[in-house]
Amino acid sequence: MSNDDSGIPRTTPRQSATFSQDVNSEIRRAAATGIYDIRGGGAKRKLPTFDDLLFLGASISRYPLEGYREKCDTNVSIGGLNASNPIHLDIPITIAGMSFGALSGPAKEALGRGASEAGTSTTTGDGGMTPEERGHSSKLVYQYLPSRYGMNPDDLRKADAIEIVVGQGAKPGGGGMLLGQKISDRVASMRNLPKGIDQRSACRHPDWTGPDDLEIKILELREITGWKVPIYVKVAGARPYYDTTLAVKAGADAIVLDGMQGGTAATQDVFIEHVGQPTLAIIRPAVKALQDLGMHRKVQLILSGGIRTGADVAKAMALGADAVAIGTAALIALGDNDPKWEAEYNKLGTTAGAYDDWHEGQDPAGITTQDPELMKRFDPIEGGRRLRNYLKVMTLEAQTIARACGKNHLHNLEPEDLVALTMEAAAMAQVPLAGTDWWPGKTGLF
Amino acid sequence: MQTYDLSTGSLRELNATLHAQNEATNQTTWEIMNPKGAHAIACGLDSPIEVTVRGSTGYYSAGMNQQATVNITGSAGPGVAENMMSGKVVIDGDASQYAGATGHGGLLVVKGNASSRCGISMKGINIVVHGNIGHMSAFMAQSGNMVVCGDAGEALGDSCYEARLFVRGSVKSLGADCEEKEMRPEHLEILRALLTEGECDAKPEEFKRYGSARNLYNFNIDNAY
Repeated sequence: MSNDDSGIPRTTPRQSATFSQDVNSEIRRAAATGIYDIRGGGAKRKLPTFDDLLFLGASISRYPLEGYREKCDTNVSIGGLNASNPIHLDIPITIAGMSFGALSGPAKEALGRGASEAGTSTTTGDGGMTPEERGHSSKLVYQYLPSRYGMNPDDLRKADAIEIVVGQGAKPGGGGMLLGQKISDRVASMRNLPKGIDQRSACRHPDWTGPDDLEIKILELREITGWKVPIYVKVAGARPYYDTTLAVKAGADAIVLDGMQGGTAATQDVFIEHVGQPTLAIIRPAVKALQDLGMHRKVQLILSGGIRTGADVAKAMALGADAVAIGTAALIALGDNDPKWEAEYNKLGTTAGAYDDWHEGQDPAGITTQDPELMKRFDPIEGGRRLRNYLKVMTLEAQTIARACGKNHLHNLEPEDLVALTMEAAAMAQVPLAGTDWWPGKTGLF
Repeated sequence: MQTYDLSTGSLRELNATLHAQNEATNQTTWEIMNPKGAHAIACGLDSPIEVTVRGSTGYYSAGMNQQATVNITGSAGPGVAENMMSGKVVIDGDASQYAGATGHGGLLVVKGNASSRCGISMKGINIVVHGNIGHMSAFMAQSGNMVVCGDAGEALGDSCYEARLFVRGSVKSLGADCEEKEMRPEHLEILRALLTEGECDAKPEEFKRYGSARNLYNFNIDNAY
């Protein structure tokens, strides 16, 4: 504590918790520019997460399986309800939809390579299907988005599954953005738009509204593809009980449920941080919807939004998911936000780990860009290898936990294997607060 | 001519049969009886066949059409010829909302009126409507041509890109960033060809052209509201 000139002690300067330096810097930025902040990624705020859950492991009443020796299967089939060709995956970790446009062609290729080597699927995004992506993905899910950029029946029939995108965790109720810096000749031509414009994707589908229409849209897509491939419906974690119910009633084979930590290529920061629900909070209502309809494990639930580790995978599955999807984590595995580019991140006014201006197309790692020079920094073969390794590690981690809980398949994990560290996590996951047999709202409704 | 009766056959069997036709098929003419408003009739076709639906259809008839000509003698439900890639779809009656939505190519002709959101997000399709079109038509229309021989409803061409919109009658209001454009000789040529192909006897000189003012092409806070 310092004194002023007259020797009277001065109180330590106190920062406001309300008007923090972060908040103030955003006020100054808004005042200077007159436009909201746009960025990529998912919610950065602190949220209840899977880290707030713990597995109990085995005990006298539950015996464990031997690590590395006793069988613990990881395979999952998706879409067997209506499709004659369901998707069979070796591991329950899929790659979430990310567009060519938001990502470079080589980055999409790497996602396909890594996913294929690990025995799982990858997913197109708002920009159509590229030949590289189809060629390098043994199982490719083709997104059917409001913009319908690049949508055509030939690609639709090349897909192994179709994912009708209703919402995205980072921006429930919002459409996409791809700023002009990334609208190269190829991106412009695939999207049928002039080069260099700031491209906006619609927030809702142009030719259907509501669950009754969705049922007919699903019928049309099935007719066009001969009832061969599964049809997923992707929703943001806004109203998971009702959205899951409506999607199942409309005829979905699988539900993709995306929490607010799920990333986006670009949208308003206020959208990412203030709309939607944490991934931890959305899974149980969705599972309950499936159970209420008698469809749990018949219509598969794929959970996404901030999945990072095998522990996250195991926890999602214990709470009732059939599989998970990763996006941001996959990009980090490819090399996004790597500290080796720190000097260049600094030039962009940021630091490794915090870089989220993916929409500006200046990614030092050469992944979220269409700049030919930056793209050269990224090797799709090496990227694919890194992604495969990461998927393998996540799977081994999830198996380690499952064996410790005495489960010979990841699907056999159950809520009873978990406890929560916090009241919030106990309420959201509906598992007991550690040391108790109780969770908030135990007898209440969703 | 091959005839398929939907009162005795199934939609699945009909579409599978039509999908099985290829470039070399000699069964080039098809007639579908008793559609009774069924959805997804003749969607996903991809061969140079001519299909005539005798009656009215439900949602998404001729959806994602390629190469084929599909005639509907009654009216068509929502999303007729949605995402059409090529070929021709002709509706003798009216078309409900979203006609020709996101179409990439081909020609859609509506001899009656089309409802709201006609040509929404169109990406290269040509649309000729003999009557009127409803509100929010050509919303976010990217490319292609829309010809309206009657009147257009509110907010025509809102947030459109490079699509050309030709209207002979009145326009109740223009949407954001849509403006009247100069009708140049090349536009009259495009119109003339489309009117001929769309079996419409209107004269190109009677139309006005509308399109994007291109003020929304890059984000500018003064455009937000």
